[in-house]
Amino acid sequence: MSDNYVPSSKLGKWFNDRLPLLSLSAHLREYPTPKNLNYWWTFGGILTFCLITQIITGIVLAMHYVAHADLAFDSVEHIMRDVNYGWLIRYVHANGASMFFLAVYIHIFRALYYGSYKEPREVIWIIGMIIYLLMMMTAFMGYVLPWGQMSFWGATVITNLFSAIPLFGESITNWLWGGYAVDNPTLTRFFSLHYLLPFLILGLVILHIWALHVPGNNNPIGIDLKKPSKDTVPFHPYIVIKDIFALLLFLLVFAFFVFYSPNVLGHSDNYIEANPLVTPAHIVPEWYLLPFYAILRSVPDKLLGVVAMFASIFILVILPWLDTSKVRSAIFRPIYKQFYWILVLDVLVLGYMGAMPAEGLYLLIARVATAYYFIHFLIILPLLGNKEKTLPIPLSITEPVLGGAPKTSMVKKDKLN
Amino acid sequence: MKKFFKIILIIFFSLGFLFQKVYSAEKQKLLKVDWSFKGYFGKFDRASLQRGYQVYNEVCASCHSMKYLSYRNLAEKGGPEFSKEEAKAIAANFEVTDGPNDDGEMFTRPAKLSDKFVNPYQNDKEAAASNGGAYPPDMSVLVKARSGGANYIYSVLLGYEDPPSGVTLDDGVYYNKYMYGNNIKMPKVLEDDLVVYNDGTVASEEQMAKDVVTFLAWAAEPHLEARHRIGFKAIIYLIILSFLAYFSMKRLWSRIESKI
Repeated sequence: MSDNYVPSSKLGKWFNDRLPLLSLSAHLREYPTPKNLNYWWTFGGILTFCLITQIITGIVLAMHYVAHADLAFDSVEHIMRDVNYGWLIRYVHANGASMFFLAVYIHIFRALYYGSYKEPREVIWIIGMIIYLLMMMTAFMGYVLPWGQMSFWGATVITNLFSAIPLFGESITNWLWGGYAVDNPTLTRFFSLHYLLPFLILGLVILHIWALHVPGNNNPIGIDLKKPSKDTVPFHPYIVIKDIFALLLFLLVFAFFVFYSPNVLGHSDNYIEANPLVTPAHIVPEWYLLPFYAILRSVPDKLLGVVAMFASIFILVILPWLDTSKVRSAIFRPIYKQFYWILVLDVLVLGYMGAMPAEGLYLLIARVATAYYFIHFLIILPLLGNKEKTLPIPLSITEPVLGGAPKTSMVKKDKLN
Repeated sequence: MKKFFKIILIIFFSLGFLFQKVYSAEKQKLLKVDWSFKGYFGKFDRASLQRGYQVYNEVCASCHSMKYLSYRNLAEKGGPEFSKEEAKAIAANFEVTDGPNDDGEMFTRPAKLSDKFVNPYQNDKEAAASNGGAYPPDMSVLVKARSGGANYIYSVLLGYEDPPSGVTLDDGVYYNKYMYGNNIKMPKVLEDDLVVYNDGTVASEEQMAKDVVTFLAWAAEPHLEARHRIGFKAIIYLIILSFLAYFSMKRLWSRIESKI
């Protein structure tokens, strides 16, 4: 917080001495930000926008939605047909979830590329992972609410995972369902939690930003900066305007989905009302959960599959200690850079296999990809830290910033001189 | 090292491509229609919607319900846009049970604009029992509930064929080229000149299928025209705003860059 900030008005000073909101706002404006942040860094702002959009549209939807097994599907159709602009609000909310995940994946992979999870930003990263986990839970429960076929069967598959827990498995699933199958009690509790969790996410986002403002932003070349200095700019207006520009481009993609392909990211079976007696041919989760679904199915044992799925997320939480390299940015880590892109590919392959039936060649590839996912984090990253010959790192941003994007070739030349 | 990574990349992509090929070969290619409601400015063809309603009403409605539609929808903007009087007259052809009245009795009356489309059956069980155990699905959101959407429904309507040799069908099951699993319990319904269109259009099988699918597409997405209209405005607005933001950004950042 800017301790040296003094409000100009008397009233402002009186208020600020009692609750330093004005100091906080001054801090947010002046917050020194590395000037070489590229567009991958704009996704933090975009994600905040996504969260707020989901909360606002969600609150409006909840005014018209009825959380009851017999009425939920009808009430969604009521929203789509008879509520003023209900179709728009629902399509923004449904596609907004996909956009949210698209942005969060870019945000996470940006952190992986530039080593933003490393010391001293471990806590930011861990809070981020908790947010990500809560997002997945919220999205899953939200997908259940329209009470279509995929809602019902998706809920059945996912809640059944808990039955794999030894001894208490069945009791836990019954407790989750509020009965002996997914039914009305399940729907009502999912609705309640779907309304609660976003506010927890909002609280964690505030902690995430708070934790960020202690060490300050990482940056593409991953070096520590003196703040404020020649290497930084005040957050307002420089970063604000850049975030707004990036947000507008993001909104163009968002608008394209909402207005011209609102159902392409969903599953057509979810427009069939839930029917416990008819199982769909393929039960698939939403696209953003597919990589984890592939990991789950690629392990032949149910319990171990569940363990592998949760481990694949937990492994990310401890990533700051798995990656032993002191160099943050992949720009200066030539070998890591290659493995990074293989990991990206691996996750995409997992996502594709998650959408395919778990049989034959599909299953084989899913297994290889699952194994590689764990090998990347558990073997490659810890070993690479000591083995890899990293490139020389510049002392300040100002050198690479002058020449545009930091180029490794430039850095090498400097070294020769 | 680099070569090794490149080879891995190539293998991955070619495998993905191969899958795509194998996967798409399994599926029967759907018949494609150049629907008036596709595309950025797509709108429903009013005349086709009105004819489509006629086909639905005279052919489909004897088995298929449309429980989310009301008669008033027929006169609403962006739909078939029957006049209010026409829609009232259509509604009046149906009887609904209302009540209880002041004597505590249920009674029947002609349907009004505010009533939902009358269901051909009392309940789902009766619907299934009357159709050899196969419940005719509600058609309100059918187009959105099938992958392939309008093209799929159109293809199924025209996809009836004699079963290939070696395929034996149970009683009351028909062979359809496009249906999932090729077995369908709905008999082929469309025949040339099955309905007599009021506007004189020749009622060929393809024409009726096209009209009724257009009607079903509207029923599933009654605000599609508004969506396309607002979407176009929203995107133009966003593009203009992006330009403004971009030039503001350039101007602001020029201060920083000139200082270095």
